[in-house]
Amino acid sequence: MLRFIVRRLLQLIPILLGLSVLLFAWLRALPGGPAQAALGERATPEDIARYNELFGLDEPIYVQYLRFLGRAVQLDFGTSARTGRAVTTEFLERMPGTVELTIFAMIFAIGVGIPLGYLAARKHGSWLDSTSVIGSLLGVAIPVFFLAYLLRLVFAVELGWLPGSGRQDVRMDATRITNFYVLDGLLTREWDAAWDAVLHLVLPAIALGTIPLAIIVRITRASVLDVVNEDYVRTANAKGLATATVRRRHIIRNALLPVSTTIGLQAGLLLSGAVLTETVFAFGGVGSAIYEAIFSRDFAVLQGFILLLAVVYVLINLLVDISYGLLDPRVRAR
Amino acid sequence: MTAFGDVRRRRIDELAARAGAVPEGEGGVSLTRSAFRRLRRNPVAIIGAVIVLVFLLVAAFAPLLAPRDPLAQTLLSQIRPGSIPGAQEGFPLGVDNLGRDLLSRLIMGSRQSLMIGVVSTVLGVVVGMALGVLAGGLGGWVDTVVMRFVDIVLSIPSLLMAISISVLLGQNQYALMIAIAVTQVPIFARLLRGSMLAQRNSDYALAATALGVKKGRIIFGHVLPNSLSPVIVQGTLSLATAIIEAAALSFLGLGDPDLARPEWGAMLANAQAFLSIRPELAVYPALCIIVVALGFTLLGESLREALDPKFRR
Repeated sequence: MLRFIVRRLLQLIPILLGLSVLLFAWLRALPGGPAQAALGERATPEDIARYNELFGLDEPIYVQYLRFLGRAVQLDFGTSARTGRAVTTEFLERMPGTVELTIFAMIFAIGVGIPLGYLAARKHGSWLDSTSVIGSLLGVAIPVFFLAYLLRLVFAVELGWLPGSGRQDVRMDATRITNFYVLDGLLTREWDAAWDAVLHLVLPAIALGTIPLAIIVRITRASVLDVVNEDYVRTANAKGLATATVRRRHIIRNALLPVSTTIGLQAGLLLSGAVLTETVFAFGGVGSAIYEAIFSRDFAVLQGFILLLAVVYVLINLLVDISYGLLDPRVRAR
Repeated sequence: MTAFGDVRRRRIDELAARAGAVPEGEGGVSLTRSAFRRLRRNPVAIIGAVIVLVFLLVAAFAPLLAPRDPLAQTLLSQIRPGSIPGAQEGFPLGVDNLGRDLLSRLIMGSRQSLMIGVVSTVLGVVVGMALGVLAGGLGGWVDTVVMRFVDIVLSIPSLLMAISISVLLGQNQYALMIAIAVTQVPIFARLLRGSMLAQRNSDYALAATALGVKKGRIIFGHVLPNSLSPVIVQGTLSLATAIIEAAALSFLGLGDPDLARPEWGAMLANAQAFLSIRPELAVYPALCIIVVALGFTLLGESLREALDPKFRR
């Protein structure tokens, strides 16, 4: 197992190097190049020339790349043209919100998806089954931002049941420790602050969780239907095990293996889906930051955030892979 | 070949391997014909095909079907801040925030939306297949290089990839298509490569090699045609994704800024500002996107069933 993990970690190196080359090239390919990225869109040609000289952008490209790589390893991605602050600082400040949102979205998707998929399979052919199949098809076809706007319009604007923007009521004078607002509230025992943060997460989490929900329902249903017809289930039934035991020990446990892969995969993808959801709910996480960066053409932020998000995504996939190796011994041998 | 074990890739490979299995028990009937026969019997496939066909026809004959000029701001004079006129005589779905007939815009918009979906998917399929054939056909170091590159592209979540490309290429319809195509290339490359690897070791490829058939002919004449079914399935499903993704890019301000070309994604993005005044402005284009995406998905899923030997009989 240790060898498997080490091998996977070593295989990260070419991926990360390739990522850095891609994003280095990306910034160079932009009109105006890195100087424009640092100085913003309104920089004059003289400013750009001076900047290029100052930061060695007139040097050979490989020297520039090595310098970029050296800084990237120290998590230095320059400063935002809009706020003048370090890109990494902004990222670390924004990331907790997105992580919280992703966790809540996954709780929603898993909590609803697995039971629904399982029930649909057990009542194969019933109205519940057809509804969940149609629902899961619709869930993938709806543009996420439209769903987010609908939820916001109905439950926040019209009915006023839930807050429709931000991460916490601005009047809430909460203590910040980790920037995970819910966690902060729990740590400082400011229960009302934690509860308020949870309420702010409900609508965005549902919007963000809809696609993974649809996919989890579908995979769970298909997987349970597959397993029910396996020989070992027939054997278990034939030897007289209680139906509940067969379901719990033989059907559910085996059916969840493909589901777990899907869950890991979706968790990684949610990080990028958050761009749309966070924008609608003005959530203030990494996703909103990317939207603001697109809008203000803040290229240093875009480059740094996309690179860092890709690294997080790769790491999540690695974790999923390792956990899959733990669950399924056949994967390790490959 | 052990590569960086990414689950997303493994899923693509599994799909490829499954569809690559040689079907049994339908002697004399070609795979295409038997698949088509099963497709015709599947109500889900029919629904999907009808939806897709209707939208394609609407797009093809849009100028004849649209009751009005989609750009004419006919009812501009009736628009006040906080109020946009709804359905009325001659304007069955009402007008948008600039007084243009919504129905005509939806009909004309089908052209641009479907074109973005089709062109970007075709582009993704063609480039992805070229890479897949290179990797799966030649093997060796070419395979390693191509697949490493594909892995790196796959390691950037697709929406972020599309955002970076659109920012790089600027805002026009071609940039939008290329941005979406780039996110699809690695999927098709991996899919075709995996499917070809499965076919390359099959008995008929071995037999052709033993008979002394040239490598190029085996690849293009035998292995490639037999490896295509997962690509066809994924291609159909990707049409849905592409249209949805185009809408997302429009929403992020990275769409086609040419106002002379109505497009559902842009209409939907634009309508968000008027959601509390007239939600219909967003609902109709959204419905168009959802229904057409659903059509492609239904068609793709039933194609998968029809082409997958596991579902035969």
